[in-house]
Amino acid sequence: MDFKRVKDYFSWLYYQYQIISCCAVLEPWEQSMFNTILLTIFAMVVYTAYVFIPIHIRLAWEFFSKICGYHSTISN
Amino acid sequence: MANPGGDAVCNGNLHKHEKQSDGSPSGNCAKNGIVKEAQQNGRPHFYKPIVESFEEAPLHVMVFTYLGYGLGTLFGYLRDFLRSCGIEKCNAAIEREEQKDFVPLYQNFENFYTRNLYMRIRDNWNRPICSAPGSRFDVMERVSDDYNWTFRFTGRIIKDVINMGSYNFLGLAASYDESIRTVKDVLEEYGLGVASTRHEMGSLDKHEELESLVAKFLNVEAAMVFGMGFATNSMNIPALVGKGCLILSDELNHASLVLGARLSGATIRIFKHNNMQSLEKLLRDAVIYGQPRIRRAWKKILILVEGIYSMEGSIVDLPQIVALKKKYKAYLYIDEAHSIGSVGPTGRGVIEFFGLDPRDVDVFMGTFTKSFGAAGGYIAGRKDLVDYLRVHSHSAVYATSMSPPVAEQIIRSMKFIMGLDGTTQGLQRVRQLAKNTRYFRQRLNEMGFIIYGNEESPVIPLLLYMPAKVAAFARHLLNRKIGVVVVGFPATPLAEARARFCVSAAHTREMLDTVLENLDEMGDLLQLKYSRHRKSTRPELYDETSFELED
Ligand SMILES: Cc1ncc(COP(=O)(O)O)c(C=O)c1O
Repeated sequence: MDFKRVKDYFSWLYYQYQIISCCAVLEPWEQSMFNTILLTIFAMVVYTAYVFIPIHIRLAWEFFSKICGYHSTISN
Repeated sequence: MANPGGDAVCNGNLHKHEKQSDGSPSGNCAKNGIVKEAQQNGRPHFYKPIVESFEEAPLHVMVFTYLGYGLGTLFGYLRDFLRSCGIEKCNAAIEREEQKDFVPLYQNFENFYTRNLYMRIRDNWNRPICSAPGSRFDVMERVSDDYNWTFRFTGRIIKDVINMGSYNFLGLAASYDESIRTVKDVLEEYGLGVASTRHEMGSLDKHEELESLVAKFLNVEAAMVFGMGFATNSMNIPALVGKGCLILSDELNHASLVLGARLSGATIRIFKHNNMQSLEKLLRDAVIYGQPRIRRAWKKILILVEGIYSMEGSIVDLPQIVALKKKYKAYLYIDEAHSIGSVGPTGRGVIEFFGLDPRDVDVFMGTFTKSFGAAGGYIAGRKDLVDYLRVHSHSAVYATSMSPPVAEQIIRSMKFIMGLDGTTQGLQRVRQLAKNTRYFRQRLNEMGFIIYGNEESPVIPLLLYMPAKVAAFARHLLNRKIGVVVVGFPATPLAEARARFCVSAAHTREMLDTVLENLDEMGDLLQLKYSRHRKSTRPELYDETSFELED
């Protein structure tokens, strides 16, 4: 029961995606090509985010804490 | 002509266009013009307020629309590339082998658009029907095996589809019934063809009868009828103006007016749609500067407008145009193709709608294709104008005159509307149309769709914007047995694809309710309810430099 509702919801979501991105008017092979490209880009973005964001956050953290530390010595 | 509310003295209380209501300084000139005119003539006027809206789409809708077109264009380039490599067979028109070294014929944007975007959703246009275009019609089912390059009929017929697309405003285009008997009689007596022009042997008593009836209907001195509405415009404008004359044309005028204007050889300047500041600026410039280079005064200045614009559903701002025309001594030509029979308390068109005097307009043009359920067009106005056209119009000299049964059908319809057939049914139809229009527009507004145009115009454009929605909208509605017309580029701006409903007096309340219910569901499914009921954001002020059409 619940499974069906989730499925309906996802098919609705997919339909909206198709209509809004205009890929509903494409031919099936074009659609799969477009979806593949979009998915690949998305996957790469996620992967890059996963790999690099923690490093950047750590670097930024270190950088700002250094600045803050510096400032705090000045103000003292 | 009756002047509704003529006793209400309210010169100062002129209702300006809603679109221009933001206190724009130059708008006042037009206003002053009218007031002065009204005072000069000693005839106080009360003009109907014009309630017209052109709501702007939310930003995200525009972004997605352009993204959609961008995607289509990208894949279009890909497909064109595949075709030129020979990987994919090209179904579209291509140059022959020996033409390959010449200027390319199919590389412009229109061809690209047709080949790669329009072709994908082509099944929603030009659907063949196989019954009279009454309030319901039968659609022939067709399928395509190669993504709309070719179609194949399945032989099945989709019965009783509600017709929301025909310009059958008064429901007079219907299949044969007893009331069309007179047409049959005329057919038996006169036959179909005339085989001669109006100039020669082709003037029949039916034509004379029709012309005097049209003149009476419009309350003008004389009228002349032609066998084709399009040719009425494109052949008579060249007879009226020529070199050394200036045509001021609304930017959204119908192709027939555009063609006529170009054929005339007159200089054409275009003003923004229904924008009086723009028109006044052009008029003032024309009067001040005269013709380019030689600086002589223009021989004639002709303003070309339509009554109801078929893509926007807007009604021309006639009181202001008449005021401007009088102020600058220009001529006014109004094409009432859609408005005749469909607006005004007794269906007399925009003149009656605004309660103006027919003498204020120099040339009335209209067609019998819409409200009258027939074919052909007319030109009406002062007697000397019509007499001049009888001699000089190409349509009168070179074109076969109107077929007598068609003339009889128009006579029948016109008498029906005027009540000369002894009933009030015609008047009821006109009222019914106004009622249906208001109901349909109001319900659509309440549902939150963006619809364009004047609240009393029976042409109702509903904005869809995204190309995929256009296709889905028409297909879904046909599955639900509702036939709608969707329009996109080039008939509209690229991003403003829309569905256009034409309400008819023949639609019953149940039919309209069915349509509205389905539209409501469609609006939820396709997320079409964009409206945030914000005021119009069309360009209010006109400060772009005027441009001239090079020929
Ligand atoms: C404004 C306008 N003028 C003229 C015409 C041409 O009329 P007809 O179809 O009778 O040739 C049309 C038809 O669509 C029109 O909309």
